[in-house]
Amino acid sequence: MSKNGSRPLLEVRNLHVSVDETEILKGLDLEVNLGQVHAIMGPNGSGKSTLANVIAGRPGYIITEGNVYYEGEDLLKLPPDERARRGLFLAFQYPVELPGIRNREFLRTALDAIRQHRSEPKIAIREFNKLLERKALEVGFSADLVKRNVNEGFSGGEKKRNEILQLSVLDPKLALLDETDSGLDIDALKIVANGVNAFRGPQKAIVLVTHYQRVLNYITPDFVHVLIGGRIVISGGRELALELEARGYEWVREAGREPAAAAPGSPEAAE
Amino acid sequence: MTQSLATYDNYIADFLRLQERDGNAPAWLRDLRREAFERFRETGLPAARKGNEPWKYTNIAPIAGTSFAYPFPNGVRPALPDVRALAPWHDSWATLVFVNGRHAPELSRLPALGGVRVTSLARAAVEHEDVVRGHLARHASFKDGGFTALNTAFLQDGAFIEAAPDATAAAPLHLVFLTAGGNGPLVSHPRTLVVAGRDARLTVIESYLGAAGAHYLSNPVSEIVLGEGAQVDHYRLMLDGSDAYHVGLSRVYQQRDSTFTSMTFAAGPALGRNDFAVLLDAPGASCFLRGLYVTSGSQHIDNYINIDHAQPHTTSRLYYRGILDDSSRAVFGGMVLVREGAVKADAYQEDKNLLLSDKAEVDSKPSLEIYADDVKCGHGATAGAIADDAMFYMRSRGLDEKTAQVFLVKGFANEILDEVRPEPLREWLERRTLEALPHFGAAPGRGR
Repeated sequence: MSKNGSRPLLEVRNLHVSVDETEILKGLDLEVNLGQVHAIMGPNGSGKSTLANVIAGRPGYIITEGNVYYEGEDLLKLPPDERARRGLFLAFQYPVELPGIRNREFLRTALDAIRQHRSEPKIAIREFNKLLERKALEVGFSADLVKRNVNEGFSGGEKKRNEILQLSVLDPKLALLDETDSGLDIDALKIVANGVNAFRGPQKAIVLVTHYQRVLNYITPDFVHVLIGGRIVISGGRELALELEARGYEWVREAGREPAAAAPGSPEAAE
Repeated sequence: MTQSLATYDNYIADFLRLQERDGNAPAWLRDLRREAFERFRETGLPAARKGNEPWKYTNIAPIAGTSFAYPFPNGVRPALPDVRALAPWHDSWATLVFVNGRHAPELSRLPALGGVRVTSLARAAVEHEDVVRGHLARHASFKDGGFTALNTAFLQDGAFIEAAPDATAAAPLHLVFLTAGGNGPLVSHPRTLVVAGRDARLTVIESYLGAAGAHYLSNPVSEIVLGEGAQVDHYRLMLDGSDAYHVGLSRVYQQRDSTFTSMTFAAGPALGRNDFAVLLDAPGASCFLRGLYVTSGSQHIDNYINIDHAQPHTTSRLYYRGILDDSSRAVFGGMVLVREGAVKADAYQEDKNLLLSDKAEVDSKPSLEIYADDVKCGHGATAGAIADDAMFYMRSRGLDEKTAQVFLVKGFANEILDEVRPEPLREWLERRTLEALPHFGAAPGRGR
C-alpha cells in the first residue's frame, strides 16, 4: 500500500496552483526517489517557492488540479504538521522569528512530536542536549545562538544555518530547501552545503530550490529541472545547471514556449 | 451620590463599628480614618464615567451596586495549605500573610532579614509612629478617589516594610493578602507601606488572592518610597478568584538615583483595576514597569499607569502585554508626564496585545505630555491575532496546532516573564499564565 516500494517517495502529477486567482503552477510533474538530490532552478516568479510551499502545506494556496503523493499517499489532504511528522521538512526561504520561544525547547518538542509519530519514546533531555551540541558544532552554530529565542535578532546567515541545524536534528526523509543559499556569503554557503551533504544518504531525498547555480558547486544534484512559467520546461543532469550558468535562462525560456503555445489564452502565452 | 443607598448605609455602619471597636488605635490614625470617610461620603465611588477620563473604559456599577460587608475578625482562619495552593510560594522567602487585611502571624514566616524590618502596619503605627506618619497616606492620598478614601477609612492593619540605609534583604519579602470567610460578599482593604532607605536593596512581592468562587472586593492601596540610590524589585500579582473584584492603587515615590523595577500580573478577577503611579522626584531616578494581563471569559482588566518625570535626568520604561481570549476586555492607559524643566528625561512605553478570539477587545491608549525641551520620549501600542506565518513555521516542524499555539502564547508572555528575577516566581507565573486561558490550558496532569 503506502509503503509500496515501487512508487517514488514524492510524486507531483499535473499540479495546478493558484494564489489570489492567479495561476502560478500550471501542470507541474516531478518524481523524487530516495537517495536523490533534485535541483529546481528558474528565474524569479517562476513558481519555485510555490512548489516547495505547497508540498510543505503552507496555507493560502489553492490547488485547482493535480495531485501530490508522498510514499504513495495523498499528501495534499494532510495538515502541515502531519506531513512534518511523516518525514517532510521545509527549510524556509525567510525563516520566521519566534520571540520568547527558546531554540532548544522548540526543537526538542518538534523532535518528540516526530518520535511519537514513529512510536519512539520521548528523547531524554540529556541525550537531546548532546545531540544538539554535536549538530550545532557541525553547522557552526554557537552555544549562544542555541540558547536564544528562535531566529530572534539572528542575521540572515544565522537564520539559514538554524534551518540546517533543525534539518539535521529532526532528520526527515525528504528535505525541501527553499533558496537556502540566497543571501549567504561563500563561507556561510559552504557551512550550509556541508550540513546538507551530511544529511544526504540512500534513505534521504532532497529537493533544492535555487535561483543560482553557485550552490550546486557544493551540493551536487542528480537531477536539474528548470521551472519557467509554472512548468518544468527542461530536465537534465548536473551539466544543465552549468549550461544555465553560461547561457542564462533565455534559451530555455524559448524552449518553454512550445508547451505554452498549446494552452492559448494563458498569461504566459501572451508574454 | 451615585451609589445605591443600601450599599452606602453598609459602609457607614461598618465604619462606625470599626471606630468603636478599634479603640486602641492611635488618635492620629482614627482621625485619618474619619477624614477619609468624610471624603468618601462626599465623592462616593467613581460610578459615573461621563467626563471621567480615568474611568472612561471601566464600569464599576457591579461594585457600586453590591453590599459588601467589612469582615470583622471572627477567629476563623484559613489553613496554610489552602493559602499556599493559591499563591506562589518558596520556603526561602519571608512571607507575611494577611487575612481580610489583618496580619495572620500563624500563617506567616519571617526569617532574619538583616536591616530590613517587616511587621504589621497596626504594630508599626505604634512602634514606629514617626516613619509611618511620615509616609502613610502621603503618597496615596485619600483625596485621589473614592476607592482610596474607602481604603483609608478602613485602615486598621497591613504590611510595613522598612529597609535601613545600605541594607540588603537576604530574600524576597512576600506579602499575601487573602480575602476569605463570611456568608455574603466581603470587602477587604489591604494596605502596604514600603520605605527603602538610602542604597537599600529589596524584593517585594504582593499577592492578592481569594478562593475561586468567592464573591468579594479587594481594595488595596500600596505606598512605596525609595530613598537615594535604593533599588526595589517589586511584583504585584492580581490572583483573585473569578467572582472577585480587585481595585488596586499603588503609589511610588523615588529619590535621587533610585531604581524601581516592577511587574504587575493580572489573571484572576472578574473585574480588575491596576492604578499605578510613579513620581520620579529627583535626578537619576529610573523606573521600569512591566505588566502581563491574561484574560478569558468575560473578564475585564484595566491598567491605568501614570509616570511623572518631575525632575531632569529621569528615566522610565513601561512594557505591558495582554493576552485576551473569549469576550474578555482590557484597558491600557499609560500616561507619561514630563514636567517643565525635566530636561534629559528619557521615557518609553509600549503595550502589546495578543487577541486569541474575535470577540476579545482592548482599548490601548499610551500618551505623552511633554513640557520640557531636550527629552527622549516614545510610545507604541499593538493588538493582533497569532501570526499565520509563525503558526505555519511551527507546524512545519511537526508541532500540532494546539501545541504551536501554546508555544506562541508562552513566547509572547515570556518577553515579560523573562525579566522576573526570583526563579520560583517566574516558573509559577509561566504556569499560571496558561492556566488563565482555559482553551489553551495547562499540560494534563500539571495541577496547581
